[in-house]
This record gives sequence, C-alpha cells and structure tokens, in this order.
Amino acid sequence: MSRADTFFWVLLPYVTLTSFVVGHVWRYRRDGFTWTARSTQLLERRLLLVGSYAFHLGILGVIGGHILGILIPNGWTDAIGVSHDLYHWVAIVAGGAAGVLLSLGAIVLVYRRLKIDRIRATTLRSDWVMYPLLLVTILLGMLCTFVGGLVDEYDYRETVSPWFRSIFTLQPKGNLMVDAPFVYQAHVTIAWLLYAVWPFTRLVHVWSVPVGYLARSPIVYRAKRGATRTALR
Amino acid sequence: MQVRAQIAMVMNLDKCIGCHTCSVTCKNVWTNRRGTEYMWFNDVETKPGVGYPKQWENQERWKGGWELKGGKLRLKAGGRLRKFATLFFNPELPTLDDYYEPWTYDYETLTTAPTSKHQPVAQPESQVTGRPLDLQWGPNWEDDLAGAPEHARLDPNLRDGVEEQVRLEYEKAFMFYLPRICEHCLNPSCVASCPSGAMYKRVEDGIVLVDQEQCRSWRMCVSGCPYKKVYFNWSTGKAEKCTLCYPRIEAGQPTICSETCVGKIRYLGVVLYDADRVQEAASVADEKDLLPAQLSLFLDPDDPEVREQARRDGIAEDWLDAARRSPVYALAVKHRVALPLHPEYRTLPMVWYVPPLSPVMSLVEGPGSEADPDDVFPAIDELRIPIEYLANMLTAGDPEPVRVSLRRLAAMRGWTREKNLGVDPDPALAAAVGMEPREIDAMFRLLAVAKYDERYVIPQTHGEIGLSPYARQGACGLDFEGGPGSCGALEKAKDPFGAEPLAAPGDGRGGGSNVAFLDFRKAT
Repeated sequence: MSRADTFFWVLLPYVTLTSFVVGHVWRYRRDGFTWTARSTQLLERRLLLVGSYAFHLGILGVIGGHILGILIPNGWTDAIGVSHDLYHWVAIVAGGAAGVLLSLGAIVLVYRRLKIDRIRATTLRSDWVMYPLLLVTILLGMLCTFVGGLVDEYDYRETVSPWFRSIFTLQPKGNLMVDAPFVYQAHVTIAWLLYAVWPFTRLVHVWSVPVGYLARSPIVYRAKRGATRTALR
Repeated sequence: MQVRAQIAMVMNLDKCIGCHTCSVTCKNVWTNRRGTEYMWFNDVETKPGVGYPKQWENQERWKGGWELKGGKLRLKAGGRLRKFATLFFNPELPTLDDYYEPWTYDYETLTTAPTSKHQPVAQPESQVTGRPLDLQWGPNWEDDLAGAPEHARLDPNLRDGVEEQVRLEYEKAFMFYLPRICEHCLNPSCVASCPSGAMYKRVEDGIVLVDQEQCRSWRMCVSGCPYKKVYFNWSTGKAEKCTLCYPRIEAGQPTICSETCVGKIRYLGVVLYDADRVQEAASVADEKDLLPAQLSLFLDPDDPEVREQARRDGIAEDWLDAARRSPVYALAVKHRVALPLHPEYRTLPMVWYVPPLSPVMSLVEGPGSEADPDDVFPAIDELRIPIEYLANMLTAGDPEPVRVSLRRLAAMRGWTREKNLGVDPDPALAAAVGMEPREIDAMFRLLAVAKYDERYVIPQTHGEIGLSPYARQGACGLDFEGGPGSCGALEKAKDPFGAEPLAAPGDGRGGGSNVAFLDFRKAT
C-alpha cells in the first residue's frame, strides 16, 4: 500500500472514529443546551413535509441496507440460502428505492435551506459543512448502487465490507480498498468526513430518539427534594 | 388523599382595561431575545376575536389538550405511537404566520438618508430574515375589535347559536379583554406530549417548566398545549413558556405581570388539591361536569383532616397558612365568582377568571345610571350574548355558573352602593344570590379594595430542601441570546463552528460576553 492508501483506508477511519466518540462525549457533557434537532417547522412547513418524511424514511431504509450489505458477512447470507443473484437484485431494487427517496428528501431539504429566507437565516456554520458532506455522500452512494450494481458490476461484499468490518476488529485490511472502483472509494471517504463532523452538527439528534416515551408515565413531576415523587399514573 | 400545593392565579376581567402593561413587562423580562421576539408568555386578547395565535381555541384544527375516548383520557393529537410517526413533521404545529412574523424598522435610513424633498421612511423589516416585510398581521392586530367585521366571526367561541345573536346585535357590540398566561394545569397535556421528558410540573408549587437542557426540538408540547402557551424558539430550537416568574414566586413575590398590573386585576395564592384524584376529575364524561370535578379536587385548608394529611405529605406550615388566606381559593371556591378558561380541554387549568359584568351593565344601565339589582338580574338572564359566549369560554357551555358569578358581582355592587349611601342594605339581596352579608363584604374587599398583600399571598419556597442557591449564583441570566439554558457553555459552544448563524439578521446584540457565570454542574 502506498502512503496515500494507508492514509485513506487505515488512518482516516481511526481519526474519524476518535472524533466521533470523543466529540459526542464532549458535546453532551459540555453543552446539553445545543443538543437538539433544531426543527425549522415553525418557519416553513410545506417543503418540510415532503423533504423530512422522504429523507427520514429513506435514511432508515438505507441504514437497513448498509447493515445487510456491510456488517453482515457474505457467508451468513449464503448459509441461509440467499443466492448471490437474489441479494444483488434486492440490493438494487430495495436499496435503490430507499436511496431515491433519501436523495429526493435531501435535495428538497437542501433546496429549502438555500432558497427559503427564513430557513437560511437559521442556518448554522456547522450546517454549511454538514449539508454538503451529507448530500455528496448520498449521491455517491446512489452511484455505487446503480453504476456498481448495473453498469459495471462490482461485488463490494468481497472488498469494501470486510475492510469496514476489519476496522472494528482492529486488524485493518486497507489493501482490500486499494483496487475498489473510485465511486466506492469516494463514497466511504466522504462518509468518514461526515462522521468526523457529526458530533458537532445537528445530526446528534439521531441519538435522542425518545424511546423512553413509550414507557414513561404521561405527567412528569420533579421535586426539589431529592428523588422525584412518583407520577400519578 | 395526597395533598399537593399549587400556586394559582385569578384575573378579574371586570377590571381589565386592556392596557397591555402585563404583556410589555413580561416581554421585557422574558422574551426580548433573538428567537423569542414573536413570543408573548403573557398576551391580552380582545374578545370576541381570533386570538393569538389565530384561532388557538379551535381544537378541531390544533388538536390540543385531552379527549375522552372509550371512557379513557387520551391526548387529542393521538397517543405515543402517533407521536413517533409525526416526529419528522408535526401536522398540528402552527407556523410563525399563525402568530405573526416579528419585525423591527430600518431606523438607520432616518439618519443616513440624503437630503431630499420628502421625509425618509423607516421600512419594516423582518427580525427573522432581515428583509423588508409587508405587514399583514401582528401582535394585538385586532385590539379593541379592530378589523372585527372581518376577523371576529372566526372566534371559536362564537358557536351554538351565539354567532347569530352577535350578528344581529352588532350595533350593541360588546367586548372585553382576556389576558392570558400559561395555565400551569393540574393535568398538563404539554407535559404528557413531550417525548423527551423535558417538560415537568414542579411538585412543590405546580409550576410547569421546560428543561432547556433536555428539550430535543420535537415540538409536540407546542401543539399539545390547547392554550398555545408553549412556544418554539426558532433560534435555539427549543421550547419556551411562561415560567410563572418562578424566581420571583420562590422569593414570595408576585409574577411580573401581576406586580405591574395597572388595574390590580390579578390574584396569586396557594390552592391545596388532592393529587390522587386528578385523573379521575379530568375524566368525567360530561364536559359540563369538569368545573365541579375540578372544584372537588381543591381541599379546604381550614379542614383539620386536610391539614394533617398535608403535613404528612411534606407541605410546610407557612404554606398551609398561606392556603388559608389564599385569594384564589376564596374567589374560586368560597365565592364561586372565578371560573377556569376552557375546562373542556380537560387539562384542569389553574388560572381562573372572574367574568366581566361590564358588558351586561353597559347595556342595561347606560353611562352613569345606577345598578339596581331589579334591572340587572333579569338582564343577566336575558342577555344571551355575553352569557353564552362567556359560558363557551369558561364553563364548557354551561350558562349556570356564569350566571351565578355575574349575579353575585351585581349583588355586590348594589349592596356596597347602599352602604356607601348610608342605608342599611337589605339582607334579602345577599340571600338572593345565596351569600351571607359578611361574605359579600369580604368579596368586596378582595375585588374592589384589593390590598397588595391580600391579592398576593405567596409563601416563600423552602430553599433549604433544594440545591444551594450560592452554587447557582449567576448561572442562568436571560440578558443574552439563547437563554435560558446552560448559559455559560452556550456563549462559547452554541455552534461549535462559530457562535452565530451565518445569515444572522443584524440585531446588533450578538452573543453578549459580559455575563458572569458559574458552572453549577462543577460547583456542586
């Protein structure tokens, strides 16, 4: 591996992961006040309705696809009798659909942020870093799905996926990425940058999905005196 | 029985002159920061009118508060699963235009314009975008029925035949002012709507607050509150609401809106209630039973059994004392002249109103004439417009409690006039409204003489049971952008890439750096 390869396929992932973990801990401890989704629905609702639903439902599908294609080894799907072709077409059709929804949502949201005065006024500097990274990552991902899936077929589950998993087992196999097509290389590299800035952007709201709400008593009471009294129901 | 104490408020609408002093002092204290310009924790609406935000009382549209479904109490906007389904987009959230887009004026033009034939004009510009704004709506746009022929018809209280009468009688237009703050409800739907658990009701005094550190911008509280008294700060992305001026209340002082009220219309006091029966009271089948149900929650502070249980539940002696002298308990429970605002929302609101007698009196009397009960009582019964309109607002449509309240107020006027004229008032007058003479005198003293320390009976918070105030010294000012919050940290890390949004409108205040703060998380 060349020096550049080592940088992109070994060093960058670890730098990113460090920034990701330490950044989150730092932000949460230092600054709970800014830990928010920063909704802009008060200022504009029509475009948000389309953009937000498309983006969020799309991203949930895309995350599912990445778990299937990146985190789950080839051998496991083979073992339960999923043929290569079946996987391939599921990835393209389902993944492609989720990706199209996601891209549509992202484009609407970025358009809204740029073109609607009120939204632009509430745009933070961190947004000007985060949104381009997010948009480029998504568009490169779409290229991977359609170019790498249909035009010039490439089995990333033999290279990109094991490389990604190897990072977390602390045995980074950077050489697997050296010969991957450029769109895959670009997609993962921009994605690492996105993860590196993640803790410093509004994306932290992802970790605040209010699951506790499902189990909580409706009315929350807080007492000055030590423990909170139990709620009414 | 589990006894809890709540600081509650009564406003005497008969004495409100609509001067907006409460709104202005509240705004100067709490909402003069970026992102909060459009918020009025206290606002004064002219009724009939659409209100602020527009048509806030129309719960078919906004789905605030609770409803009874299959005998069970549930949020009108749907349960927990629907909250999750609408996290990405809350269909019931008002937009800024339902309130109004806040603006300032381009004052600079006035001083920098070159010499010309005509005077330069300061154009309005949006405080959100900084761009010129074509003003279509604003705070108190419909003050004193301004634009009423166009807008007032949209008042959601004009229903059940009342709208017909209003049209027919418009030459005799009636109006009154309705000052509104957060109701600090016993059964707050905003709290139940908050997915993050950032909203809470304080056990000691019942004040409902938003934890600025825990709010995650899901904005369900804004739509969940039927009174639309939780607002969304578009700059910080957090919900904010009326705090009942808790720093003042804790020190035994009235809220700033009460303190500065020109007409002395506001009363603050302790009410003891049975916390075990809150849900039961909010769940009665008939909406018209909600008022009696809520009244039944309030416990008599003179009852030894209640006092004994209150002590066991940790309520201090000075609070029990204050509860006995509470003007709120007196007006709402003893005299039955104060009524809750929209009890049909089932939140059990704790800011109550003495309905205005003036619209009735002005129709019956004409300026300067005497309030002879023989004229006024039939008038109260016959004047369907104010009575039913008030009933739609204060008693879920039941005219009887409104009638009782107005008759008592009228009787009090007649009674006191006789006394002033040196005549012994006829006890039959008191009996006609079911009151003892001394009760009428006590009510007169409270409503008309209205001494400061009788209007505000606020026991101090027992600081010894909580966090040391020294640790919090200077921790949470509001004199800079973004507060209230983790103030100190905020200055530096509002946005890790820089403190200001890139396209910030130039309000010239910036992130004020001269705030001394002490990080209480470290200090404790």
